[in-house]
Amino acid sequence: MNGEMNNNQNYSQLKAMLAISKASFRSITRSPSAVIFTLVFPLIFITVFGFLKGGSVSLDVALSPDCDTNNPIYIGMISNPAFSVQHHMDTATQRVKIFKGDLDAIINIQKSNSDSTYNVQLYTTMASGEKGVIVKSMLEHLIDKLNLKAANISQPMATIQQQQLQGRTYETIDFILPGQLGFSLLSTGVFGTAFVFFNLRQTLVIKRFFATPIKRPFIVLGEALARMVFALLGAMFLILLGHYAFGFTLVNGLTTFVDMIILSAIGLIVFMGFGFVVSGIAKNEGTIPPLANIVTLPQFLLSGTFFGIDNFPSWLQPVCKILPLTYLNDAMRKVAFEGAGLMDITSQLGVILLWGVIIYFAAVKVFRWE
Amino acid sequence: MQIKSIIQVSNLEKKYESFHAVKGISFEVQEGEIFGILGPNGAGKTTTLEIIETLREKSSGQVTVCGLNIETQANDIKQLIGVQLQAAGYYPSLTLVELLVLFAGLYNREINPMQMLAEVGLEDKAKAKFKELSGGQKQRFSIATTLINQPKIIFLDEPTTGLDPQARRNLWDLIRNVRNEGATVVITTHYMDEAEQLCDRVAVMEAGKIIALDTPDALIDQLVASGFERKKEVKKANLEDVFLSLTGHEWRDE
Repeated sequence: MNGEMNNNQNYSQLKAMLAISKASFRSITRSPSAVIFTLVFPLIFITVFGFLKGGSVSLDVALSPDCDTNNPIYIGMISNPAFSVQHHMDTATQRVKIFKGDLDAIINIQKSNSDSTYNVQLYTTMASGEKGVIVKSMLEHLIDKLNLKAANISQPMATIQQQQLQGRTYETIDFILPGQLGFSLLSTGVFGTAFVFFNLRQTLVIKRFFATPIKRPFIVLGEALARMVFALLGAMFLILLGHYAFGFTLVNGLTTFVDMIILSAIGLIVFMGFGFVVSGIAKNEGTIPPLANIVTLPQFLLSGTFFGIDNFPSWLQPVCKILPLTYLNDAMRKVAFEGAGLMDITSQLGVILLWGVIIYFAAVKVFRWE
Repeated sequence: MQIKSIIQVSNLEKKYESFHAVKGISFEVQEGEIFGILGPNGAGKTTTLEIIETLREKSSGQVTVCGLNIETQANDIKQLIGVQLQAAGYYPSLTLVELLVLFAGLYNREINPMQMLAEVGLEDKAKAKFKELSGGQKQRFSIATTLINQPKIIFLDEPTTGLDPQARRNLWDLIRNVRNEGATVVITTHYMDEAEQLCDRVAVMEAGKIIALDTPDALIDQLVASGFERKKEVKKANLEDVFLSLTGHEWRDE
């Protein structure tokens, strides 16, 4: 038996685990759903929002057909890039558009009958929200300047000096990319893990592994490692594409990038825990998507993926504030944009890790090998 | 030549919640033989095999494989055996070569995948997926995965069920080759002609018990000695011989 015993001592669980990782990674890259969830969906959102230029306000205004255009107010308006002035639009179309919110205001400038001054008629609706108010205040500002000029006042009573304290411009991509990254990690972690372990059981792939000398925990680790490598490569791709193609801010360059990847890895491990739970409690393949959606959809909507959670009504806030993705998104944005280090986001990390402890406790309870 | 037993099973029992699958069986398998476990479906063949393969826990009894205890040395045993399961799956999107590389890693072995495929007559299927193979090819591939660690014993659980006559004969040749290379083979089947052709000794199981254990010849002689006679005189060939002589013996892509 001596030869055999030597053989046993040389057996490396790690080597066997890496063989599973390699095979599983190949398998994942050939699975359309993994590629779609991890890369295509986030890419679509990032591309769409990447082309939406944030920061500048665009005000769509139309002129009444009889509007006077030979006056300084009109000239001031068209020379201001914030106004996008529609000229040749009939009144019927204007009405339809303003009620739908496609137009922010309709403006009619007329010479007063009495003297050389002008009357400005401004029509706005609630449909375009705050933009009507902005149009009004910008027009007032424009007219104020003209009034000062007309009254020959070169020294006004007061001027405002605005100082922008945040030195960097916060583009839409800076908000959207971390959210999409978080969501990509969530869906690949939950769906991927749930399906893989369910399928490995169902198709008896795992049973065949049991017949080889690899120990069970190493099978799980091998699979998890493959998913991890795939998801993190996806994360790197999204961040680099965002940075170079859409100007996503990486405040401290490489350090920020590395911190984001570490954060991604932590988030992914926690989300994979949800996947293990789903694969453990799913009775058949058909129950996986609904169960996985129960985990992912609320977080997709309520965790600040597309807009800050401050926008939600106060009764929803507590829900937002318990979801792990909320904290991952928050931590990502702090790291990427504010240049926070991992030590500065310990409270967010704390909540994420607490979720990790809870979910892996549950996963161990419900995990099934056969 | 000294006969050495490589598997010892004594008083093996397996009880499921409401089902007594194996009811205290004892037997030994000798090194280098092809040992058949025969019996109808539900007789306990697969349960017995999976306990010896360390894939299933026994309820009571003793089993040693290559001198190792199945309870305490399962992982050592797994390195010395090759297991073909009655039903097993492989990653659906990987090619046969990639799957062999995976199993080589699982056994910590370096292999030449193409040579392994050639041994089972699948060299032209290197880039195929497992699900694209025919029934006989699937079984041949499964056997290839069991040969990677050059096992001392290989276990085959109903490898020929559902195969056509040519595919079965191809598989018999492959199994004989494996044995001739030095491995011990334990095979379950419910085809008696297969057992008669292939096995050195057979154990007949029924309802969780071994009701007979000997060489196929001895079992037949015992039956004849008890006064048994076939109702009909046997011809020199049967219909399967006719079929094979009409359609050929060679390996084919079934």
